[in-house]
Amino acid sequence: MAYEPVLTKFVGQPDSFTLAAYLRDQQGYEGLKKALALQPSDVIEQVKASGLRGRGGAGFPTGMKWQFVQKDTPKAKYICCNADESEPGTFKDHVLMERNPHLLIEGCAIACYAIGAKTAYIYIRGEFYHVQEHLEAAIAEAYAGGFLGKNIFGTGFDCDVYVHRGAGAYEAGEETALIESLEGKRAQPRLKPPFPAVAGLYQSPTAVNNVETLCNVPLIIKNGPEWFAAMGPEKNGGPKLYCISGHVKRPGVYEASMHTTLRELIFGEQFAQGMANGRSFKAVIPGGSSVPVLLEHQLDAPASFDGVQKAGSLLGSAGLIVLDDTTCMVWLAMNLLHFYRHESCGKCTPCREGGDWLYKLLQRVERGEGQPKDIDLLFGVASNIAGKTLCAFGDAAATPVLTTLKVFREEYEAHVREGRCTLPAEWRGRHAAHAHAH
Amino acid sequence: MSFHPEMEYAPAKFHRSERKLADVGEPFAFTPENQKTFDEIVTRYPPEQRKSAILYALYLAQRQQGYLTANAMAHVAQQIRCTTAEVEDVVSYYTMFYTKPVGKYVLNVCRTLSCALLGAERVTEELSARLGIKPGETDPTGTFTLIEAECLGACDRAPVVMVNDDWHERLRPEDCAAFIDDLAARGPAAFTGCHLKKEAK
Repeated sequence: MAYEPVLTKFVGQPDSFTLAAYLRDQQGYEGLKKALALQPSDVIEQVKASGLRGRGGAGFPTGMKWQFVQKDTPKAKYICCNADESEPGTFKDHVLMERNPHLLIEGCAIACYAIGAKTAYIYIRGEFYHVQEHLEAAIAEAYAGGFLGKNIFGTGFDCDVYVHRGAGAYEAGEETALIESLEGKRAQPRLKPPFPAVAGLYQSPTAVNNVETLCNVPLIIKNGPEWFAAMGPEKNGGPKLYCISGHVKRPGVYEASMHTTLRELIFGEQFAQGMANGRSFKAVIPGGSSVPVLLEHQLDAPASFDGVQKAGSLLGSAGLIVLDDTTCMVWLAMNLLHFYRHESCGKCTPCREGGDWLYKLLQRVERGEGQPKDIDLLFGVASNIAGKTLCAFGDAAATPVLTTLKVFREEYEAHVREGRCTLPAEWRGRHAAHAHAH
Repeated sequence: MSFHPEMEYAPAKFHRSERKLADVGEPFAFTPENQKTFDEIVTRYPPEQRKSAILYALYLAQRQQGYLTANAMAHVAQQIRCTTAEVEDVVSYYTMFYTKPVGKYVLNVCRTLSCALLGAERVTEELSARLGIKPGETDPTGTFTLIEAECLGACDRAPVVMVNDDWHERLRPEDCAAFIDDLAARGPAAFTGCHLKKEAK
């Protein structure tokens, strides 16, 4: 059965980002109208019944997150939309915000109604300035159309949606760090508990949701939770956006149900169409850079939260980075640790210091100057970061090292033994770092 | 008598801070338009939470002056009603604020995995060779600044370069020299821009 896209069906149309097109093609703001006729608790029940899981990476049930938001408090409540899409290999929210911004705005408004908030902040990463312009124009249109602002649809419900621009910090994608950044401080995570549902933005009850998550909400209200749940495997319902990048013929964002296997996504005709330049497949990092690698024999797993986890990795943000046989895994780990070292917020010592040491060790091994004990040292340092930090960043930083050590240990050993990268010279030349090292 | 053993390193050297003070710069105040924009932005946040507007205020100051000086930070502090130390705390954390002058075009080359797999390191090398500067530097004419950035979120269009607030996608190493010449000659018209925006036209 052919899959019919619902999130991205109209994104190819030239005017897909306008209010007129949204009202014409997607029964725009019908979901909000329908939600406002319900009790807020019924909206949460519907989202719970749909089984919608957070699309930002953790896959936590959205309905439950909203239910945890403290109700009996005089404080204002907030929705924070996490549009700080910074996970390497992830670029799905970009498409939604730029080509279908009204879906996100409608999702924010419904989320506000459900938890009893009047304000939603969309925290967008600073690098997405051109996306922000689109989004702000769409918000202005929504205000003019009476879909935001005071007394929406004459129901007495007020809702404001604002865009807040970040300034280049991967860590701001972590929910408590996002809140800190929104409060005008450094984006550093907080100790949990208290969770944002109790004391989030301005110490008020807050729900932080990913862009794609909020975009699914109007669809659930419009079409019913059963429709949503039936789209995918059990507990993995709904449409999913996959970002495929790396050594494939047709990198891009693809929408599919979570029945789709990783193999279909990488090799399927309607998806990435297999490896570029006639090379063969080596490995894939299935969920942004922070998850374990999977090999060829593991590709038949469905690309769902549970399916990928069963195969030994995580779906994360669904950013598939596909690697061909010319990729040196020590170089890969070094590249990613450069990222984690740079982006560590510096609050927790294991991550701040450990990331730096991992990068230096990897650089040494990659250059062919490593010693046999360095391999065990890498393992030791990485193991001492994972699970020992306030947020999941520590685990994320340790993962590229631990997973490549586990699956491709012989490459590390070969670097140490031969004193150089053992891949053929012409492959190495593709990366400057290799060319310099030898 | 100290209980601490003699240390090998020289304490003076060890304790020397690497922190560089920001340029004091010219006296700074928002232009009337920027002041108006800022006053409007502040109303998006609860009245007692002016500090939320700090990133926006810094962007305004940076756009007005090109980079952030100590005077600019002091002005932002005055606007936000916080201390200058708090402003500097924020400025020093985020990568998109510059504390020294930058060129007319700031080239942020993405160096993270998806772009690196398709040759981003070579792109940096080529740009560096063409401009005669290392990453982090500005060329003598003040036209180009080269920066190595971490994942910009356009991995399907690798290698990607952010030029000021816009993008140039799929910059192959072999096209770098021509791209620089084109940029110098035609200005922003040389960028490909974001492919999604293009479809909109």
